Amino acid sequence: MEIRPILSAMWRNRTGSVLVAMQIALTLAIVVNCMFMTKQRVDFVNRPSGMDIDNIVVADSVGFGNDYEHDRTIDEDLRLLAELPGVVAVSTTTSIPMSGSGSGDGYAGSPDKDAPRQSANYYFVSEGILDTLGVKLESGRAFRDTEVRRADDPNLDRLSPQVIITRALADKLFDGEPAVGRMMYDGLGEATEVVGVLEHMYGAWVTWSSFDQVALFPQRTEGTQTRYLIRAEPGRRDALVPLVETTLSEANRTRLVRNVRTMEEVVANSYEGDRAIATTLTVAVLLLLSVTGLGIVGLASFTVRQRTKQIGTRRAIGARKRDIIRYFLLENWLMTTIGIVIGTALTIGINYALASAFDVDQLNYVFLVIGMFLLWLLGFVAVVAPARRASKVSPAIATRTV
Amino acid sequence: MFFYNLRLARMSLAKQPGLTALMVAAIGIGVGACMTIVTYVYALSSDPIPEKSDALFAVRVDSWSPDEPYWNSKPEEAPEQLTHRDAMALLESTIPTRHAAMRKAVYTVVPDSDDVAPFLNVARMTGRDFFEMFQVPFLYGGAWDESADASAESVVVLGRETNEKLFGDTNSVGETVLLGTERFTVVGVIDDWQPAILFYDLNNGETNPVEDIFVPFTISDQREIATAGNTNCWKDEQIDTYWDLLQSECVIVQFWAELETPQQKAEYQTWLDNYTEGQKALGRFERPTNNRLSTVTEWMKVNDVASNEVLVVMWVGFLFLAACLVNTIGLILARFIAKAPVIGLRRALGASKGAIFRQHLLEVALVGVVGGVLGLVLSRLGVMGVRRMLSDADRLTGMNLDLLLLTFGIAVLSAILAGLYPTWRVCQMAPAGYLKTQ
Repeated sequence: MEIRPILSAMWRNRTGSVLVAMQIALTLAIVVNCMFMTKQRVDFVNRPSGMDIDNIVVADSVGFGNDYEHDRTIDEDLRLLAELPGVVAVSTTTSIPMSGSGSGDGYAGSPDKDAPRQSANYYFVSEGILDTLGVKLESGRAFRDTEVRRADDPNLDRLSPQVIITRALADKLFDGEPAVGRMMYDGLGEATEVVGVLEHMYGAWVTWSSFDQVALFPQRTEGTQTRYLIRAEPGRRDALVPLVETTLSEANRTRLVRNVRTMEEVVANSYEGDRAIATTLTVAVLLLLSVTGLGIVGLASFTVRQRTKQIGTRRAIGARKRDIIRYFLLENWLMTTIGIVIGTALTIGINYALASAFDVDQLNYVFLVIGMFLLWLLGFVAVVAPARRASKVSPAIATRTV
Repeated sequence: MFFYNLRLARMSLAKQPGLTALMVAAIGIGVGACMTIVTYVYALSSDPIPEKSDALFAVRVDSWSPDEPYWNSKPEEAPEQLTHRDAMALLESTIPTRHAAMRKAVYTVVPDSDDVAPFLNVARMTGRDFFEMFQVPFLYGGAWDESADASAESVVVLGRETNEKLFGDTNSVGETVLLGTERFTVVGVIDDWQPAILFYDLNNGETNPVEDIFVPFTISDQREIATAGNTNCWKDEQIDTYWDLLQSECVIVQFWAELETPQQKAEYQTWLDNYTEGQKALGRFERPTNNRLSTVTEWMKVNDVASNEVLVVMWVGFLFLAACLVNTIGLILARFIAKAPVIGLRRALGASKGAIFRQHLLEVALVGVVGGVLGLVLSRLGVMGVRRMLSDADRLTGMNLDLLLLTFGIAVLSAILAGLYPTWRVCQMAPAGYLKTQ
């Protein structure tokens, strides 16, 4: 098929062609950038946490008044919770991992004052913590129940003698050497022995660069507050939530039981903004593809109607239906392609602008390739119906009004 | 003439309902998507206290580590909070018209009646100036007096909700309430008051609700009340007790001052600089002097209330609208070109270019208005979607006149912009060529 007549027809309808190409270019640029940013958010949210988040229930306990006894309350709570049906393991904690609230400190792998300090989230936990979170011990051992310091321990302000840390923290502290048995130091030079290394778990703040650097210390928190992590057998979590609430509330009236909910909710809340952005961008992509697709259908239908006579004439002098269809497909393909070429530059330009203004990452060009195919496909699908309608124009039309 | 043109436009639009629907949909969807995100960003960036936001200043002194900046992404900024002792020192200044140190705490409210279970409440420990400085409306009573601040008296201002729980929405001024283990006297109850952005505390959750309990900040200096807000420390120092924390370099207190004139502001800035110079002599404040006074809107920018992520989505929204507009231009152009014979006839019968121009511009404006209505409906649907996705979005996505006008303005302006070129094109057509084929 000759391309020349198509080009000359497009040239005669420059504005229309330019508009379609611009439409395609803008759509490509937006779709590719949105898909890229969506994928980034989705990957961010789906990072493996190393924890059995789906089966964990969390609860806060806050004592008040003069009758409240902290250690006794915790002893009794841990016993009651462990006895509940469907409970696998229970632990205290200072805060819920991945909740957006927690504490961090800097630790060193040597007592040297100038040794580089590594950031980590730290948690005060009880001996059941590893089973409760479902985290995997890579080397070393879990805490023994005798190691967990009670809240009335006079030395509670000193660093715990034992600590379990994540592989990510261990690698930073000891340059990849085996960590079990090594000492870890805080800013005041107090030392603690690494008794275990975890494969992986996350700390408090999902956006933090040291999110996977975590230290667990076997002790309770002073004061009147504590939190519980309760791991359920698969499928029994939801039944456990109300049970935990009533059991704890009824066991002891000198404290308040609050925020009994699933860890899944807590984590989902931390990722709420990321999910919202991913959803918004996805909706934008789908809407824009529909608008652009419909726009192409509209314009192509219009062109077909405008050219009814020419089509009739061509049919009358021997063009087959196939030729007409091919003509419109090819014409549209050309416009789409020009749009995609311009759009590629625009896509990169927009990514660059977003990167310099808002710290968006540099585009992964796989998305550009996907976007190009999407738009070629869209252009093709959108023009099929109008082209077929064109092919049905009767040759007799040509003779009628001339 | 206007109504005649309007009738022509209506007839012309009704003639090709498919194409008209496409144009309206393109504008409507573009405006709807764009306005959904603009509504959200608007709430995040609009001034929460416009009457006096330029006279209110978040006060910061840079007491942070000499080795590293407080914010890695903004090394030039000072920490958003002060150490307890700097806050106490700043309260000595007599320059600001009003000022208040503040931080969050949690109190267990123990009702006297057994019918109401004890409950936890977030409290703000602050000074009496807080209420007048931020124009907090009172339902009953008022702020505590200066002596209560000075001697850390056990007085409390309740929020409406807590007052209702404890005293059944009656005037509780003079009554007492047990907070934790201490009995407080109610001096005031505030009326419903909720800035969309909790501008006075941007580092503990900028969309948090206003606290329901207010007590004098000086209590935190006298009695052991743990902070419930951010605590950030840089110095390696032994902090075992509450009192160690108060004397430490940890930043835990927010500080606001009301400065009505530039002179007052300059004077206060000098006072702050002198204060930190004095502290330098004692071996503190090892960073270069960097004491900052930020107005409410500046403060919201420093704290990225409208985050980069949200701004990116907003720009995507604008591009989306642009793409929809290009689409619309194509459709309008197609329509107008199809009408060329009619236009040719009208021109031949004496219609001026201007008349043709006005008539067609009105036609696209009509598309804009209908598209605007659709856009408004779609943006409200979008906002409902945002509310489902974001738990704190309820307060941030209200409709107001500004946004309503903006939506219509954008829709009509977009339609007119989109129609400008096609309209100009049809006016340029020589009538003769089109008359021939009639």
